[in-house]
Amino acid sequence: MTVLAKAMLGGRAYRWWLTALAAAIVTGVLLWLRQWHQGLAVTGMSRDVAWGLYIGQFTFFVGVAASAVTVVLPYYLHAWRAFARVVILGELLAIASIVVSLLFVLVDMGRPDRLLNVLLHPSPSSLMFWDMLALAGYLALNVIVARAALAAEIDGAPPATWTRGLVLLSIPWAVSIHTVTAFLYAGLAGRPFWLTAAMAPRFLASAFAAGPALLILLCGAFRYDIGEEALCKLRLVMTYAMTANVFLALMEVFTAFYSGIPGHAAPYSSWTWLSGGFAAAALALALGRSRYAPAAVFASLAIDKGVVLIPAGFIPSPSGAVTPYIPTAVELGIVLAIWSVGALLVTILFRVAIAARELDAGASPQCLAS
Amino acid sequence: MSERAIIATGIALFLAAACFPFYRNAAAPPRPLVLPLPAGERECIAPVAYMRASHGDLLLAWRDRVVRSGERVFTAPDGRVRELSLTRTCLGCHEKAAFCDRCHDYVAIGPDCWNCHVDPRRPQ
Amino acid sequence: MKITRQAFLALLAAAARAFPRPRRMAMAIDLAKCWKDRGCTRCSQACHAAHNVPQIPDRRREIKWIWKDRFENAFGEESASPAVAGAPVPLLCNHCEHPACVKVCPTGATFKRASDGLVMMDEHRCIGCRYCMAACPYGSRSFNWSDPRPFLRTIDPAYPTRTKGVVEKCTFCAERLARGGQPACVEVCPPKAMVFGDAADPSSAVAQLLQTRHAFRRKPELGAGPNVFYLL
Ligand code: SF4
Ligand code: SF4
Repeated sequence: MTVLAKAMLGGRAYRWWLTALAAAIVTGVLLWLRQWHQGLAVTGMSRDVAWGLYIGQFTFFVGVAASAVTVVLPYYLHAWRAFARVVILGELLAIASIVVSLLFVLVDMGRPDRLLNVLLHPSPSSLMFWDMLALAGYLALNVIVARAALAAEIDGAPPATWTRGLVLLSIPWAVSIHTVTAFLYAGLAGRPFWLTAAMAPRFLASAFAAGPALLILLCGAFRYDIGEEALCKLRLVMTYAMTANVFLALMEVFTAFYSGIPGHAAPYSSWTWLSGGFAAAALALALGRSRYAPAAVFASLAIDKGVVLIPAGFIPSPSGAVTPYIPTAVELGIVLAIWSVGALLVTILFRVAIAARELDAGASPQCLAS
Repeated sequence: MSERAIIATGIALFLAAACFPFYRNAAAPPRPLVLPLPAGERECIAPVAYMRASHGDLLLAWRDRVVRSGERVFTAPDGRVRELSLTRTCLGCHEKAAFCDRCHDYVAIGPDCWNCHVDPRRPQ
Repeated sequence: MKITRQAFLALLAAAARAFPRPRRMAMAIDLAKCWKDRGCTRCSQACHAAHNVPQIPDRRREIKWIWKDRFENAFGEESASPAVAGAPVPLLCNHCEHPACVKVCPTGATFKRASDGLVMMDEHRCIGCRYCMAACPYGSRSFNWSDPRPFLRTIDPAYPTRTKGVVEKCTFCAERLARGGQPACVEVCPPKAMVFGDAADPSSAVAQLLQTRHAFRRKPELGAGPNVFYLL
């Protein structure tokens, strides 16, 4: 059996996990078919709140994808050997996250059957056009780089030299995907909550906190030892980035409330404050070096960016109305299914990478690749 | 039986089943479709052979001219000036159910024009 | 080659036909006239009947091309003196000079027509991403959250309905203008409060009104350049 095939097999718990993911995905596909037949009326979105959970989750996962740079950059540019064991995981996580974020865009569309219109009628004045290009390019870069790295590892050889150029290209590219995603919102004159130059920096800061937090959690879940030093450094990156994120959020609060412009203060509802409070608590845990910090940082950002940021931008409506947005069960089921697709990809990709790594470290390739 | 044989038989059976509609249609005698033509009209806006093969492309071109360029009239090959309109020009002569739908059913396609455009004879 | 005076003039005329001066269609709404009957909904009734706009009972999912809202909601809390606070103002797509909806649309499904400035919707091309709804600062756009046909009591076959999953809005009645008519709302308005025409033509009624009366627009600070003006 090949390394790949072996990595796919596992014990009882593993099989249950796959079954649960498959069940969630099948349920989600059925719910999506229902959405396709009945229209987006099955969601909680409305004329006033035109985007909800789907676009929020899209935004959040673009950030997670961009965060691969937090391991790729130190390893390749600064030769931080400590990240040798984790850098491939960062790249694989980026692949899974891009797939997830593209799926979120797809389920948000009213006419997904016309998706190709974006390419048939390219519109450079629309940031959505650039975002699609940036995301597709980033996905391709990471697939090529990660594949080459894995293949090299299975052969026990160093990665091919031609990949280095692509890796270096992927660093600014990662920054660009999340900057362009921020520009989707930050350029809209009529939406004061989003109309802020701090949007892109804040997106990057929150991404560079959420990504390492998720990597730490995943290494724990896979019982994969990346070494004390790597762990320590990942937590450091996470904590600094989270500090920057909370700082930038406070800057927004200052401008909104000191300027006293009604449209800028109105979006701060109890939800905004609650998720801000979570973020502050997560930061406190990180600064206190709590072992729960990665989970808290990840969860608070998944809520702040993935749930609150997008609907809050639609408060108030252009004519001052406040329309509440409450996601429906169908919407939640579809979100869960897309998360499950991501989890499935991560499960398989990480198992392959970890198997290849162990092979590299221990036994000689021949005896396993029978 | 060896694994290989089982797999090969399975694939062969599947292909035979999947191709069933093709032999069925090939075996059946052809059923030509006769469409009712509008009374009192002898020629469509273009020769019949062209209309039969390309009315879909023609309508897409009309659509873009009306919606995107704001053109509303055209001169047909027979010299008559007509309106670029599915509802008023085409359905002014042809009846949707007896003409469009019957042929679309016959060739088993479902254009989505009718999700929005309405037959003026039967507006619901 | 010598060119006669007559040939020169003919050439000029041909050039003018080949490169027509772009028109800029605009609407002026005289609020004092409109307020003669504050409960009047004739404009939206006429528009919604002419364009098969469905009546959806769930307010959150409603579709509207022209509707009324309170003065302070249309122009901001601080521009409403007690004299006008609460008074209903007709609202519709402003056919902006710099439309945010057109800028963000990833497919060109919504576009600004060069010949007359109308901001048009090509529902055949729309992918239903709703970016334009996030971008429009005036709430002028509606999305078909479900199939609109069950919500139409009668369908006027002269105008298509829309289908689920696409965005729609007021088009300044492009189909009526093409036949030399006026927008349905303008035509039906009992006190003739709405005046519609080419603002780039100084002799048009709307240009004259804008010359002589105090006119204001919604959210001028955004620089969108609305082509719907309000007179008071
Ligand atoms: S009012 Fe809104 S929909 Fe109309 S042109 Fe302006 S931005 Fe576009
Ligand atoms: S919803 Fe349609 S019109 Fe609006 S931006 Fe998307 S593709 Fe363009």
